[in-house]
Amino acid sequence: MLRKNKLAVASLLALILLMAVAIGAPWIAPHDPNETDMANVLTPPSLSHPLGTDQLGRDILSRIIWGARVSLQVGLVAVGIAFFLGTTVGMFGAYWGKWSDEVSMRLVDILLSFPMILLAICLIAFLGSSLTNVMIAVGISLSPRFARIARGLTLAVKEQTYIEAARAVGSGSMRICFRHVLPNILSPLLVTATLYTSTAILIESSLSYLGLGVQPPDPTWGSIINEGREVLRIAPWISTFAGLVIMITILSLNILGDALRDFLDPRLRRQI
Amino acid sequence: MKTYLLRRLLMMIPTLLGIGTVVFIIIRLAPGNPAEILLGDYATPEAVALLNEKMGLDRPLYQQYGLYLWHLLQGDLGRSYVTNRLVLPEIIRHLPYTLELAGAAVLLSILIGLPAGVVSAVKRDTLFDRISMVAALFLASMPLFWLGILLMLFFSIKLGWFPLIGAGDPASIDALRYLILPSMALAGTSTALVARITRSSVLEIIEQDFIKVARAKGLEETRVVLKHVLKNAMIPVTTVIGLNMGQLLGGSVVIEMVFARPGLGKLLIDSIHGRDYFQVQGTVIIIASLFVVVNFLVDLTYSLFDPRIRYQ
Repeated sequence: MLRKNKLAVASLLALILLMAVAIGAPWIAPHDPNETDMANVLTPPSLSHPLGTDQLGRDILSRIIWGARVSLQVGLVAVGIAFFLGTTVGMFGAYWGKWSDEVSMRLVDILLSFPMILLAICLIAFLGSSLTNVMIAVGISLSPRFARIARGLTLAVKEQTYIEAARAVGSGSMRICFRHVLPNILSPLLVTATLYTSTAILIESSLSYLGLGVQPPDPTWGSIINEGREVLRIAPWISTFAGLVIMITILSLNILGDALRDFLDPRLRRQI
Repeated sequence: MKTYLLRRLLMMIPTLLGIGTVVFIIIRLAPGNPAEILLGDYATPEAVALLNEKMGLDRPLYQQYGLYLWHLLQGDLGRSYVTNRLVLPEIIRHLPYTLELAGAAVLLSILIGLPAGVVSAVKRDTLFDRISMVAALFLASMPLFWLGILLMLFFSIKLGWFPLIGAGDPASIDALRYLILPSMALAGTSTALVARITRSSVLEIIEQDFIKVARAKGLEETRVVLKHVLKNAMIPVTTVIGLNMGQLLGGSVVIEMVFARPGLGKLLIDSIHGRDYFQVQGTVIIIASLFVVVNFLVDLTYSLFDPRIRYQ
């Protein structure tokens, strides 16, 4: 599949490179991201500082490299939390049916009434700003979407003959859900997870921009953009480069997610 | 139609109560005592006990919930213990700025996205199609706040065409100049989505038999596209616009901070930083409720495009 879709291959390579940069940040970053240098405040891009410096003389390239760790961590862990919570609620609610399905879907509907970022902001407002809380808040705000998708997929699968056969031989509902239902609904959920990773990274960078994410001096892409906004007239490179990195990451995830979706379910393929 | 409307209106009530309940639970899950946090350095045991009693936090949880719901049903969102002002009037003061921003963004995304999608579909695989879909892909991948900053950099700082921040005097026409850049930033992702969905939808409709009949009758292509294709293509487009309203309302929170517009978003973030919990609670409830109401209004528009829905 990927061999036929060069754009998807390029996106995958970009993401692998990003992950390698994030993991290798301690060795790759040319400077300490929090090291101040008041002699080189707000310097434009140069050989010694390829992406320039900020108002405290900190190297922007190093801060962006270290910021990648936060964004990717939040993206992956938050989606993992959403996947686990949403799939559990949606799958079991749909499988057991009746009141458990009603109750779980009413709760999901109520959570879907919140714009994702608003729910994340609300959770952070009361839990406090930290990396762990950001991952939890973003994960919880994404989980209703996973629940809805898992429910729909489970409803289709649970009427299959092999499920009936499993019930007939005396398998319990937990065993049936984990051994028979989950493997058959996994592919579309993984596509959803890929697509929502980009949403998770966007929400995290928005929270950081608003000062609600990981706290300074630890660099995040969103906080770098926020710091750059204060000196936009004289140092536009700060916000520009950080935003460009976010855009490339989101673009790569979206293209990869679309390619995966087209590959795993051609019926979902749209003429876009 | 009336039964459908009544049923949808009644279904909104448990959803709105559910929103209030979720916010109540989130506040109660927060670590620490709100009274202690509000009093800060002045948090003596006596002062905390007094404020707890005043805020009703010393009562059993079920009583707190009951009172909270009772006040909510009466439209009473309480009083801020930081500013000592009633929460609801403060929200109402900031609400128009958010509504005009979200409204302008929806209008922009329809005015730009819809024609771009239609032309892309009609002129499929041409240069315009390729450029517009690539542009849509890039727009959809940009963080809204970054797009806002780029627009600020180019149109305000470099060209000086628009003011940098603020909302201007709401009574004057100059307020429109303050609205343009924030609404363009907020409309970015939405415009991209509308363009892509419109293109996809029009491509499906344009191959239908009734379009071939319309052409065979000798109708002008413009008339075929505008009167027959577009009307049928609007249902999925309306769905997407409706589903995206939540993102627009959520996005307005961020854009208002970028452009320092005094809307609900700025009120919310400033209240969070000021630890004004009751203001945060009230503002979140109102924004989420707005989303529910907007979804209801979007549902009503479906019947404009598909007469079959009126009789369901």
